Amino acid sequence: MTDTILEMRGITKTFPGVKALENVNLKVRRGDIHAICGENGAGKSTLMKVLSGVYPFGSYDGDVRYEGNECRFHGIHDSEKVGIVIIHQELALVPMLSIAENMFLGNEQASAGVIDWNRTKRRASELLRKVGLREDPDTLITNIGTGKQQLVEIAKALAKDVKLLILDEPTASLSEKDSQALLDLLLEFKTQGLTSIMISHKLNEIKRIADRITVIRDGQSIETMDKADITEDRIVTSMVGRTLENRYPSRTPKIGETIFEVKNWSVYHPQHPERQVIKGINLHVKKGEVVGIAGLMGAGRTEFAMSVFGRSYGINVTGEVFLHGKPADTSTVHRAVASGLAYATEDRKVYGLNLIDHIKHNVTIANLPGVSKSGVIDDMDELKVANEYRRKTNIRSSSVYQITGNLSGGNQQKVVLSKWLFANPDVLILDEPTRGIDVGAKYEIYTIINRLAGEGKGILVISSEMPELLGICDRIYVLNEGRIVGELAGHEASQEKIMRAIVRGEEKAAS
Amino acid sequence: MSTETAAPPASAAKATVQDAVRENLREYGLVIALIAIMVFFWYMTNGVLFYPVNLTNVVLQNSYIIVMALGMLLVIVAGHIDLSVGAVAGFIGAVAAILMVDYGMNPLLAGLLCIAFGAVIGGIQGYFIAYMKIPSFIVTLAGMLVFKGLLLNVLSGRSVGPFPPLFQLLSAGFIPDVIGPFTLVAPTLNASGAPMPGTGIVLHSTTLVIGVLIVLAMLYLAVQSRRSRESHGYEAEPFVFFVIKNLVISAIILFLMYKFASFRGLPNVLVVMGVLIALFVFITKRMTFGRRIYAIGGNLKAAALSGINTERLTFHIFAIMGMLAALAGLIYSARLNMATPKAGAGLELDVIAAVFVGGASALGGVGQVTGAVIGAFIMGVMNNGMGIMGINIDWQQVIKGLVLLGAVAFDLYNKKKG
Repeated sequence: MTDTILEMRGITKTFPGVKALENVNLKVRRGDIHAICGENGAGKSTLMKVLSGVYPFGSYDGDVRYEGNECRFHGIHDSEKVGIVIIHQELALVPMLSIAENMFLGNEQASAGVIDWNRTKRRASELLRKVGLREDPDTLITNIGTGKQQLVEIAKALAKDVKLLILDEPTASLSEKDSQALLDLLLEFKTQGLTSIMISHKLNEIKRIADRITVIRDGQSIETMDKADITEDRIVTSMVGRTLENRYPSRTPKIGETIFEVKNWSVYHPQHPERQVIKGINLHVKKGEVVGIAGLMGAGRTEFAMSVFGRSYGINVTGEVFLHGKPADTSTVHRAVASGLAYATEDRKVYGLNLIDHIKHNVTIANLPGVSKSGVIDDMDELKVANEYRRKTNIRSSSVYQITGNLSGGNQQKVVLSKWLFANPDVLILDEPTRGIDVGAKYEIYTIINRLAGEGKGILVISSEMPELLGICDRIYVLNEGRIVGELAGHEASQEKIMRAIVRGEEKAAS
Repeated sequence: MSTETAAPPASAAKATVQDAVRENLREYGLVIALIAIMVFFWYMTNGVLFYPVNLTNVVLQNSYIIVMALGMLLVIVAGHIDLSVGAVAGFIGAVAAILMVDYGMNPLLAGLLCIAFGAVIGGIQGYFIAYMKIPSFIVTLAGMLVFKGLLLNVLSGRSVGPFPPLFQLLSAGFIPDVIGPFTLVAPTLNASGAPMPGTGIVLHSTTLVIGVLIVLAMLYLAVQSRRSRESHGYEAEPFVFFVIKNLVISAIILFLMYKFASFRGLPNVLVVMGVLIALFVFITKRMTFGRRIYAIGGNLKAAALSGINTERLTFHIFAIMGMLAALAGLIYSARLNMATPKAGAGLELDVIAAVFVGGASALGGVGQVTGAVIGAFIMGVMNNGMGIMGINIDWQQVIKGLVLLGAVAFDLYNKKKG
């Protein structure tokens, strides 16, 4: 008989004007991996913030019982003291400090304020070994990849004597390989008796490692399922409150002549000029065609797209871009946009949106001439445009005057898309358009992509999720180590074929 | 049943009044703070603050701060800072003095040359900031040292003045009364039949007419914009709120105009300021140029990836700042009627304080022209009021420092709560 380590009962949390959580119940058994899933904005992260004390006791209703005792946390410090550690979606590491320094940040191995560096390094090495990370503890965080940074976060949690580990979308920015390693690590910790709560959108991951699942929808806990009852269909139904017949909207492609072509594209690394990141890529997109770029993290997909889009990445960029069969000048973002190219970034918070401004201003910023005459903006025109795109892309907000920083990930992505739709490009490059977005919003994004293709635009989609590429693309390029190592027609492509192309590419590069 | 259906619209209407108040709280909070400070000093100075001659003085004393605050607002919204404006203003004042006094150049030509020179100075600093990517704090700190030094160098220790009368009019002149004076209360005559000074009220009618015209134009524009919103079916603020807001603003403008009219009329420099303020409100609220400044201040990378030429924009912002610093230098030296080696020292701090009191964010992306102007007046009225009260300069500094800190702290507290 397993006992309960954590019980949250009747949790209600209101923000001015919004009920974020309403009477949520959650029961976690000791030694389990407990998954929490729900659409973006459903209230998962809010619930975890209540649990970890980010929202202090008294700012919510209901009670939290941990190890049988009622908890009254007034900050993260209190929850960490009893062994509850949360790892946020956006990693909280200091880039210019070393791994060891980061691991013991706020928890320094010190006596009377003087840091004991020997003990720090020894402990750091021990913990790094536990999470399977072979790196020198003196390495700066900025010099290791996201996957390894995630492991450092976990090691940091272990350093705090964690008993209940909470992971908020731990694999959202990891490659397939790193994700697998992370999940294996969680399973291993489970055998050592650690309890974990994992928030995730990725149903296959949940199915693989979770013992129980609680689904949250619209701020309410819908149901908790045991491992035996877990099926993807049941989770999806419960998450969206309806059955989702098909995760990818159907489309009859109407493919025309070539609209976008890149020839012999080469790019070098901005900090290490001797390193060639993109090695002579040739690709093309036809009118009305949705083309995917598959590949592992670090294959150079984003680097390729950003270097084409106004040389926003890299140095010594060479190669030619053709739009409508004519050479196009894409040497600055402004010129690229003027020639009919658009690029929607993978990192909407850093590269996509002005988070302190509202939807209206974000939608029109890439095409201000479209709502102005000789430099003077027509207010009414702008408002009309913003409302039109809010409706077209189905942005859920109180109005176009809502600050984009307060929107959920899916709605933020729709704002980014609206911005580029209003710029009315002929070719749209979408970099991870559905990263960190829930199932329902993904469907809406795919629908938008299909509509654009139907209007005769060329779409280039970069994605780490292979099922997504297989579901929406007419043709898929496989990129590995800066080279195109495969090209597959949509109907004959499969995850296996893509992976095989990558592996073959790696073998070729090695030989 | 009927009560249920009737309830929502009522609560919705109530909510919109609250929304409108909340939305505008920051801006009106500043106006209310300014009015409260004015009333406070009016009481503490036994009404001296509102004497027409003193109100005119407040405007003249702060004109160059406000002129620079307009540019500084753009700089700060873009996420930068300019520490050199005081030194540039002082230096340009000296250049103007040398051109006009030593070389006898035509004041108009010299003034234009100086403003162009200011644009070049701002442009050079902007080049280092925008294209060489050197932090603006460092570039303008260097600029401050350089232009302080050049000021000393060109004046070689002397003060140059007085300026030609035409140039003095910039800061000491008033608009001509083309309509002619209007006697509201006839002055008391003394035994010899001459009017006794300080009695009666003779109004500068041109100023009054201008005041009324401004109010009418403002009301016309407000009604037009409201109509346009309504005709497009977009939510306008509640009617009551709209009426009260515009009545209060009109009343304040007319009151101030009456005060100016009962002294010598509108100061020339206030006309210059008024035009510039209107221009900068227009630039920031309505023009693509202004919108892009907010975009780069809010998220530089996203703005660049949206096709905004962030380098050129930054360059332009600093060139404009240089131009305004030059204009401020002209106003400053015209007011003193000479160029001195100490001119402009420390002005940059007053300018920056005004912008922050006015609600701009040190992180960039947030700030309003009207806020910066009101911020400058808040600091200016406090200076003036404390001066009249005879508070020593040491305590004046302490109090101003605390007001700056308090204003920003209050702002952040408000944002957190909202």
